[in-house]
Amino acid sequence: MSNLLEIAGLNKRFGGLQAVDRCELSVREGSITGLIGPNGAGKTTLFSIISGFTKPDSGQIRFGGRRIEGLGAYEVARRGLRRTFQIPRELKEMSVLENLMLVPEGQFGDRLLSVLLPGARVRQEEQVNEAAAREVLETVGLAEKADIAAARLSGGQKKLLELARCLMSRPRLMLLDEPTAGVNPTLIRHLMKVMQKVHASGITLLIIEHNMNVIMELCERVVVLDRGHVIAAGTPAEIQQNKQVLDAYLGGVDA
Amino acid sequence: MTAYLVAILIFAVIYGFVALGLNIQWGLTGLINLGQVAFFAVGAYCAALTTQAGLPLLPALVLAALVSGSLGGAVALFTPRLREDYLAIVTLGFSEFVRLIFLNEKWLAGGPDGIAGIPRPVTIPGLDSETSFLVIAAVLLAVAFWFSQRLAHFPIGRTLRAIREDETVVASIGKPTLTYKTLAFVLGAALAGIGGALFASYLTYISPDMFGPNVSIYVLAAVLLGRQGSTLGTLAGTAVVAVLLEGTRLLKDYITVVDGVQLAALRLMALGLALMIIVAVRYGPGRRA
Ligand SMILES: Nc1ncnc2c1ncn2[C@@H]1O[C@H](COP(=O)(O)OP(=O)(O)OP(=O)(O)O)[C@@H](O)[C@H]1O
Ligand SMILES: [Mg+2]
Repeated sequence: MSNLLEIAGLNKRFGGLQAVDRCELSVREGSITGLIGPNGAGKTTLFSIISGFTKPDSGQIRFGGRRIEGLGAYEVARRGLRRTFQIPRELKEMSVLENLMLVPEGQFGDRLLSVLLPGARVRQEEQVNEAAAREVLETVGLAEKADIAAARLSGGQKKLLELARCLMSRPRLMLLDEPTAGVNPTLIRHLMKVMQKVHASGITLLIIEHNMNVIMELCERVVVLDRGHVIAAGTPAEIQQNKQVLDAYLGGVDA
Repeated sequence: MTAYLVAILIFAVIYGFVALGLNIQWGLTGLINLGQVAFFAVGAYCAALTTQAGLPLLPALVLAALVSGSLGGAVALFTPRLREDYLAIVTLGFSEFVRLIFLNEKWLAGGPDGIAGIPRPVTIPGLDSETSFLVIAAVLLAVAFWFSQRLAHFPIGRTLRAIREDETVVASIGKPTLTYKTLAFVLGAALAGIGGALFASYLTYISPDMFGPNVSIYVLAAVLLGRQGSTLGTLAGTAVVAVLLEGTRLLKDYITVVDGVQLAALRLMALGLALMIIVAVRYGPGRRA
């Protein structure tokens, strides 16, 4: 199958630090691809560039065959490429449900005109919207928390909400930034099932992950980033035996 | 005494528009605006000039809303990404810039002398001019309130609140945050313009010294008092500010130990104190906003 995401010659410098360095990477359509690397390797920065929040210094990004590196964040999202945040960014003052009901695109109620017209159409739209949001909460296992303020969720539940928000729009490609970090083992098992379910429903996943068990079990392919550069790519089994990868991780521990 | 009460109410209603506008910008969307008086002033001058030229009040109000709203759009476009830090400076500077234009461009708006003889072209049969004006202004404010309330509670208001909380998240779900922020800013400026138009028509005389930065501060206080983001609270806050500012003038006749100038200073102190108490009670240690 073809590549959904293709990155070529990508560079990003922060002051004296080359955070992304001649990065080349591709994600096959329909796959679950893992992105690993030591702390500070530039994984989150790479996500941030792909999703349009950070401008690269140079390089190309193709999504579904079309260049996206010049687009703003909201335009990238609209094309069906969505990301989660490593540190959850739940909207604290809103309920969990509202956090999701915010998501659908092209809501009539999201236009100024709706405020001036009779409310029936918006009410109807909101009902559909709410049902969809509750279904997504059901999928990720947050259904019981629908009506509490998002601020009151536990760390692990906030991670689930990040995933739910991403899922709510049914994107073509999801970039998940450490979806299992800080989540307890029982919940991790649950999360892995959810990710498999999402994948089975036709969404391609690119996952940053430090938990090797998760990588081994979910990913058909793993890409290893070190100091902004891809140093290896292959099946999880190949990567585990790659000398360069082991060195990078040990080097990371020393440093 | 009744006349005086009517006057206070009219001021409260006029400032109500300005505060509702600021509440859309700041309360709902999180866009700080330290120069709301600029849009108020432009609305006032706009209505003064056009009603003098014979335009009836209602079209003059619409025109004031359009002109002030467009100016709000221009300010939004000139503020990079409508970021909070830039916005504070730009709005404050812009409001002084507008005041100085009215002060110095005699051909446009009478310079320091301002504009006198502005018509107040409304009367309801059976009511005096002041009361008629109050009724009409209050009805219009009710419409503005209805609009603000719906805006806040419709999905679009949810999006604006989300922008206030975390703009990055809103961008990440595919919504054009800059468009929404600009829209909120324009709406807020337009409401201030309507308030200004009513102000000019009510006083029948305006001059640049009426449009100093203190007006912006008063409406900021009103929105803050009313719990930032709440439409009803904003109107309540406006009423409190109007009573503190205008109502205390009444005391002049009863209190003789201080003279007029001292009393004016006392009124501002009362407002400042009220704000400090509210902020301390609401946001003080052990409480979350
Ligand atoms: N906005 C920024 N300005 C300056 N330096 C930055 C910025 N963002 C990231 N960096 C630096 O770039 C490097 C890569 O950071 P990044 O967050 O992408 O790493 P990561 O691979 O996601 O690490 P982790 O596994 O700890 O999440 C780090 O050294 C970081 O300090
Ligand atoms: Mg990271």
